[in-house]
Amino acid sequence: MNHPTSTLRFADILRVGSSGPRARKSRTALSALGVSIGIAALVGVLGLSESSKSDLLDELSLLGTNLLTVEAGQGIGGGDGALPESAAASIQRIPTVEQTSQVIPVDATVRRSEFVDEGITGGLTVVGTDGDLVDTLNGSVAVGVDLDEYASSPYPVAVVGSVAAERLGITDLDQPTHVQIGDDQVQVVGMLDEFTLAADLDRSVMIGIDAAVAAYDAEATPSTVYVRVEEGRVDATRDLIAGTADPENPEEVNVSRPSDVLSAQAAAESSFTSLFLGLGAVALLVGGVGIANVMIIAVIERRGEIGLRRALGATQAHVRRQFLTESVLLGILGGGAGVVIGILVTYAYAATQGWRVVIPWIGPAGGFASAIVIGAVAGLYPAMRAAQLSPVEALRS
Amino acid sequence: MSALTQAARTETTPPHSVRAALHMRNVVKEFPGSPPVRALDDVSVRIDHGELVAVVGPSGSGKSTMLNVMGTLDRPTSGIVEIDGVDTASLPDKHIAGIRARKIGFVFQQFFLLDGMSTVDNVTNGLLYQGVPPAERHDRAIEALKTVGLGHRLNHRPNKLSGGERQRVAVARALVHRPAFVLADEPTGNLDSKSSAAVMDLIRELNDLGTTIVVITHDNAIAEALPRRVAVLDGRILDDSGRPS
Ligand SMILES: Nc1ncnc2c1ncn2[C@@H]1O[C@H](COP(=O)(O)OP(=O)(O)OP(=O)(O)O)[C@@H](O)[C@H]1O
Ligand SMILES: [Mg+2]
Repeated sequence: MNHPTSTLRFADILRVGSSGPRARKSRTALSALGVSIGIAALVGVLGLSESSKSDLLDELSLLGTNLLTVEAGQGIGGGDGALPESAAASIQRIPTVEQTSQVIPVDATVRRSEFVDEGITGGLTVVGTDGDLVDTLNGSVAVGVDLDEYASSPYPVAVVGSVAAERLGITDLDQPTHVQIGDDQVQVVGMLDEFTLAADLDRSVMIGIDAAVAAYDAEATPSTVYVRVEEGRVDATRDLIAGTADPENPEEVNVSRPSDVLSAQAAAESSFTSLFLGLGAVALLVGGVGIANVMIIAVIERRGEIGLRRALGATQAHVRRQFLTESVLLGILGGGAGVVIGILVTYAYAATQGWRVVIPWIGPAGGFASAIVIGAVAGLYPAMRAAQLSPVEALRS
Repeated sequence: MSALTQAARTETTPPHSVRAALHMRNVVKEFPGSPPVRALDDVSVRIDHGELVAVVGPSGSGKSTMLNVMGTLDRPTSGIVEIDGVDTASLPDKHIAGIRARKIGFVFQQFFLLDGMSTVDNVTNGLLYQGVPPAERHDRAIEALKTVGLGHRLNHRPNKLSGGERQRVAVARALVHRPAFVLADEPTGNLDSKSSAAVMDLIRELNDLGTTIVVITHDNAIAEALPRRVAVLDGRILDDSGRPS
């Protein structure tokens, strides 16, 4: 004999599964909230950390990771804070070195004019440099020209670092502008942009090395040599530099890589990211427990409906599917809202920081997928309870 | 009205007259406990297509248990329950549910309407588990609501209707799929006397059109007005007036 069977169309499973959430809209919103907060946190944290990291890495690749800073250290023998006069030239002879620039200290103060008291230095220093220093550091000239434009000038000229310009009250060079260095008035021919990899130069006023030696009796022994190395040969070259710069006291030479600071910063942000991701995952878990809770209450409250549906011909499987669908739907709602909120937060915060927005696809895709899985897992037990309810028992409410 | 009349005619054509709409033989239903409660004790009853039967008895006599077993909502401890010629004893849940979806309509004292959806949608639920496509469900639900006199209440929420109107929606839901029989457990139990009379009039009207209906009641006045009465006491059939000739 051909027995009649009970059939629920696929579209009807969705219709029936969404009838509960549709009938109780505010409860639906509240029960999806936990998951949406968790997903928003995950998407936002991933988006923001990627955006900020990519910002750092953009900066890093612009400046290059192949710059080394060579400084005279305070050795055991009480070094005088200077490298040998020949240091830059010797380093330049290493085949993998592309470019060097040196900085020598000048024992003079810099003031806006001779009428300003000599004691007020504003924390600024005067240094002598090579004409190609800006080039070596991947820096740039904000206003005016670089020192090497005046390399053949008989008069000393100066360029000022970004902080120095500010402290000296120099905003433009539209009029011929002078500063008082020691006893002399020196014309300012250029203002520099910020050096990300050599912040101390921002507080300096730079004159040519020849002028420094001639006019201010400066020793031609550099305090710092900046070295641009062939890409990919940085570590090997770094090991050679100390011995080359000061063969007699190589231990008094400090060689560092300024870009390491930025890399370390990016790494530090990664570890913060893990922390926040962990918190987001906890929020997500709590959200899942919230959905399970709401579903268990729904099954208890809707015993009558369950009994009715069984009387109308629903099988246990149909009831199970109805409540599973409902729970997955809550997950989808929470996940969808969370992804949207997370992306909006990323865009909003990145805009305030001037970052280029990078949203790794794993955030929205993984977040949405895990919301669905959480909805399904949270609904498993309540749906089973609903299906196992006997029709008679369910109708006795 | 036309669809229902048609449905009723289909159900009363010859194949049905040879096999009963419902046939219970030596049914026993015990509930576990110490001692176990024997709610149905060797009950045999046959209800043919087109009948209108009252099951009457005092509280606790086993009426609801009988309806649950008749409607396959509960399985008997022993005995045979045949629905429209099909023995349900060995059927798995899937097929039992199929029998409820196609052969049986239920009306309950507490209506069991879903307040989250309109009256039409409540009635379409009567066709949901037969896999009838939505558009056809909708048309047939409207037809059934017209039959019970609620053609003007299609899009109301059940909680905006009177008790009598709600029970009529439930009746429409019980017949929309043209079942072999309708089981009504105290259908007037929650209604005032006027609505109660209206619902009973509707039940008689539907029976006149050919629908087989079993009404459970503890109200003798209601039972007396129906063509056949089965009196139940302590889980046994005390008296069966039989099918009027
Ligand atoms: N699930 C159950 N477990 C144990 N005993 C039960 C159960 N269901 C019903 N009974 C018992 O079976 C007997 C018949 O109950 P039933 O509900 O069928 O009576 P009824 O005639 O419908 O009464 P009423 O008019 O009050 O609705 C009663 O003694 C009742 O206590
Ligand atoms: Mg009862």
